[in-house]
Amino acid sequence: MGRTFQGRVVTPGETTAPALVSHGGFNTLASYQMALMFGDKEVKCGDQNNPDLYKKPMLGKALCLPETIGSTTGGMVLYTACALGKQPACMLFSKPIDSLAASGAILAANWTEASMPVVDSLGEEFLRYVKDGMTITVSRDGAVTVEEGKES
Amino acid sequence: MRLTKEQQALLNGWQGETMAKVVKTLVMYGEAFGAERMVPITSQYGHTVISFGIGVMKPVYQLYDQLLGANAVSRQPFSADPRPLDKNIPSSFLQDVVFKFMYSQQERYEDQLRKLGLMGEDAYSCACYLPQVGNVPGRGEILSWAESSAVVYANSVLGARCNRNSGIIELMGSIAGFVPEFGLLTDDGRRADWIVEVRTSKLPDAQLLGSAVGMKVLEKVPYVRGLEKWLGQELTEEACAYLKDFGAACASNGSVGLYHIHGLTPEAADQGESLIRENAPVYVVDDEELRRVKESYPCIWKDKDAKPKLCFMGCPHMTLSQLKDWTVKVEEGLRASGNKKVLIPTVFTTAPAVEKEFRKTDYALRLKDTGVILSTICPLMYMNNPLSKKMPVITSSNKLRTYTSARYYSDEEILAKITKEGK
Repeated sequence: MGRTFQGRVVTPGETTAPALVSHGGFNTLASYQMALMFGDKEVKCGDQNNPDLYKKPMLGKALCLPETIGSTTGGMVLYTACALGKQPACMLFSKPIDSLAASGAILAANWTEASMPVVDSLGEEFLRYVKDGMTITVSRDGAVTVEEGKES
Repeated sequence: MRLTKEQQALLNGWQGETMAKVVKTLVMYGEAFGAERMVPITSQYGHTVISFGIGVMKPVYQLYDQLLGANAVSRQPFSADPRPLDKNIPSSFLQDVVFKFMYSQQERYEDQLRKLGLMGEDAYSCACYLPQVGNVPGRGEILSWAESSAVVYANSVLGARCNRNSGIIELMGSIAGFVPEFGLLTDDGRRADWIVEVRTSKLPDAQLLGSAVGMKVLEKVPYVRGLEKWLGQELTEEACAYLKDFGAACASNGSVGLYHIHGLTPEAADQGESLIRENAPVYVVDDEELRRVKESYPCIWKDKDAKPKLCFMGCPHMTLSQLKDWTVKVEEGLRASGNKKVLIPTVFTTAPAVEKEFRKTDYALRLKDTGVILSTICPLMYMNNPLSKKMPVITSSNKLRTYTSARYYSDEEILAKITKEGK
């Protein structure tokens, strides 16, 4: 049984991927800097202040988060991750997207070949419901289906 | 979004495909936030957060080559964040090798910056708004800046208007000459969502208070009451330095782009509590809350009792008055403990233009005599590699703590460690 949440499309696309959930703000620079700089193939999260994600692989995951926080290099970091093929499968925001994440997603959509659907405004219930490893399916219209009990 | 004829023509390719893509990027950026129009940038200067030529960031430099190839350069001169390297900072042979590998694109990138419109060779500082650097926007001016600590300072202390733009996007705004109007560019977006009541027994460490506020309000706008009794009602050099550090911590520990300080910052001084939204929640910060926040910081050193190998002060870059004050503090600390030089290698960082002014004063020699190294480096960039990450580094910067393995101590604790304890 799946549960579907409707969000707003920031950059369109379709994908299915295992969920990786951050309940706190996602610090893009702190999360990506070491992995990108030193070619970590799994792109493990380097943010020691994020107990949900620290040291977990982010590559190809459906990253579920409330918003991004931290340095204004955030969008550039996300753009670079996309240009290098190190991006998450998609980014799913419970809140309306913040300016740094939007910048990264829009830069990637316009200036790279990467596909990374981004959906925002999925609501607090989405983040309460989704757990690491659940299977996420994103549709072009911003519908996000979460299937329970499926591991990646 | 409604575009002017000229903006629409740019989007349609009047100045080529690359310029059209720049405008399309800005339009999509605005549409994500419901912007209805573009507004002209009115500041004299821009500021970019990207100052480093890191090998892995090649896609960024390729994009900038594309911009330069299409003659899509900034319409305004701009400053940039600090350079990532400085030979005066203590480093091992291995670290030097790693730095050379990491920053393999530095020359290429600095050349790109010059061609894109960099203000000058001394324009590398995160604290571009310091008077010596000369990028000081006026109240109400529209900016296209990135660098979280600079944006929050420009919005809050100077009363300029700038969103928390990302690197690359900020340059695209400066190239187009306009930015989408939303968020902190609007009167409504500048109203306070939170009330912060400071009820501490003394003036809190700016970096600790900023961290607590940032973690609580995240991207929202806080209205801070209770600081005015220590900071007064005038934006003195001392108050501005405090707010610089407070804002940097708010912006990096959360994502605050604007704060109001009751009776002190320009909009709070003019509009007072009418800035606060109805039913804004209240966050009370007292000594106990600050203690809780400080104790919540993880220490990721392998040996938690390791002797610090380096101390960084100045993230964001120190002001001239902070350099002078800290010179005196270090001298007094050493005198009281009977030591002649700092016991932990210590680096104070500041803007190149501030460094030049500081070196004209007798404080410069006095600071040198204490053993403290003065640098214009970005401490964050120094710390961003596995070798530096393994080093036990201490700092009173909550921004540096957030992004690196550096361990946070209050100003008072740092002073004791470098002048008296050595551990």
